Amino acid sequence: MKQQIEGSQAVAQAVALCRPEVMACYPISPQTHIVETLSRKVKVGEIGNCQFLNVESEFGALSVLIGASAMGARSYTATTSQGLLFMAEAVYNAAGLGLPIVMTIANRAIGAPINIWNDHSDSMAMRDSGWLQLFAEDNQEAVDLHIQAFRLAEELSCPVMVCMDGYILTHAFEEVDLPTQEQVDDFLPPFEPVQVLDPQDPVSIGAMVGPEAFTEVRYLAHHKHLQALEAIPRISQTFQNIFQRSSGGLLKLYHTDKAETLLLALGSVNGTIKDAVDDLRTEGWPVGAIQLCSYRPFPSHALRHAAQNAKRVIVIEKDLAVGNGGIVSSEVKLALQGLPTIVDTVIAGLGGRAISKAAVIDTVKAACLEGLEEPHFLDLNWEAINRELTRQAEQRRSGPTPENLLREIGLSSGKAL
Amino acid sequence: MIEIRIHGRGGQGVVTAAELLAAAAFHDGKVAQAFPSFGSERTGAPVTAFCRIDTKPIRSREPITHPNVLFIQDSTLLHQLNVFSGLSEQGIVMMNSTRQVEELGLKDWMVQHPEVEIYSFPASDLAEKHLGRSIANVGMVAGFASVTGALTKEAVQYAIQGKFPGKLGALNVQVAAEAFDYVSSHKIGV
Repeated sequence: MKQQIEGSQAVAQAVALCRPEVMACYPISPQTHIVETLSRKVKVGEIGNCQFLNVESEFGALSVLIGASAMGARSYTATTSQGLLFMAEAVYNAAGLGLPIVMTIANRAIGAPINIWNDHSDSMAMRDSGWLQLFAEDNQEAVDLHIQAFRLAEELSCPVMVCMDGYILTHAFEEVDLPTQEQVDDFLPPFEPVQVLDPQDPVSIGAMVGPEAFTEVRYLAHHKHLQALEAIPRISQTFQNIFQRSSGGLLKLYHTDKAETLLLALGSVNGTIKDAVDDLRTEGWPVGAIQLCSYRPFPSHALRHAAQNAKRVIVIEKDLAVGNGGIVSSEVKLALQGLPTIVDTVIAGLGGRAISKAAVIDTVKAACLEGLEEPHFLDLNWEAINRELTRQAEQRRSGPTPENLLREIGLSSGKAL
Repeated sequence: MIEIRIHGRGGQGVVTAAELLAAAAFHDGKVAQAFPSFGSERTGAPVTAFCRIDTKPIRSREPITHPNVLFIQDSTLLHQLNVFSGLSEQGIVMMNSTRQVEELGLKDWMVQHPEVEIYSFPASDLAEKHLGRSIANVGMVAGFASVTGALTKEAVQYAIQGKFPGKLGALNVQVAAEAFDYVSSHKIGV
């Protein structure tokens, strides 16, 4: 049924419809509304056979779920930012052990400097952990991807992160079509684990593996992601057959036919990008867009197929590989290796800076007419940067950079240096 | 597309006002999107929230920098922030205040922007009367619906009852009803 609902509430409803059996959660903004809603639902008995554990930390949350999932329980948690980093060791363990846990990432920047706003630094830091990573464009897709994630995770016995932009989606109040319990039950079979800790049939999970077999175990984790490249579009199609709407898949195309320039991005900025594409096309610019829905596995083949005729791909990404440039654009370049396509990196939206349609349009025009420096930082305040660089060159004790920058832009009234 | 920007202070129900607008628009069969300015809000600190209303899907996620409607829930913000920034020259301003243009210090601004319509009315006093709490948001939403016709009275009631169950909802519906009738007769102009 269609409802006007906050993104976090909608996701909590969707998770509840998936009949989770164990949830262990630690609140952190902007994920908090999701887990407090789920906690309340368990308390009042809205979710049947389910335990909700209040834990002491994110590390505790995922550690509990590793145990629960190994016991054969459908397991869920949510986190973001510093919380995801704090659980990092368990993140790798959950994937290494092949436990099909589903986790919402309400994407948020990583400090320092401390920042609670949206970008993709957190899930990007865990991109090589072995978890599948799916990105939602809007709250309808966030709901739908959670339902698909449980099926995908359990089919492959591999954990899945559903990434949704913190605040931009979690706190947006918009129309979402929430499915019925019958629809979700039709789509999502009961969890049948490939490995389970059962006192009646004892096994051990978590063996130490030396050099003689470690590479093979890692290859099999990689193989699981190769299988996911087939499973993700199939499960998305099955979802569409039952729910009568298209959600998820590896990537989505927008006006890519005969487009000479393609914009590529993850997550909610794709809405703004589509509006920019429409405006540019009205002005006669042959532009299209690719929304990357599955970031892990990275759909290199599908991407190469979609972008092979474009002259230029502009990757707009909310992350930064410090010392290198773009994370996503590096992978796009690899996928397009051997083609004459130019790949531009646009670092944008860090720490919650809004990405405007006007800035996207200006960037496309600048890239096509003059080319962009690599990487290009959207809306960068060069004046403030240059003053800080000058100060650092002039005096050894130039002081803390974040505080200096805040003074530069007039947001802090501290002592001028 | 109607783009509404709401200014107020933490604790004044600014985010709730945006949600009520979106819920009412949804009830009227329109498409709506409401979202707060994302910050570490504290009671009393300036807060902004946004609402877009359209008849087709809304894809943009950027904050509203060129609103055609402004809600100013706290008139003390008039001289602290540039609340009028980006407002359309044919825009509408809903102001929660008991004061006249001269007292608000807006006369010069209104001369420079002759087509902007400003409605100043005591939304928080109406809430005080019915609820015993001076929360302006419900009166502002009802006032906006009344002067623009962008939302039906019934949809505003639906949104209020969805947000505030039980007696609180019923009392807020009274606030809305009074604001609805009050505002259209209290337009202020140059």
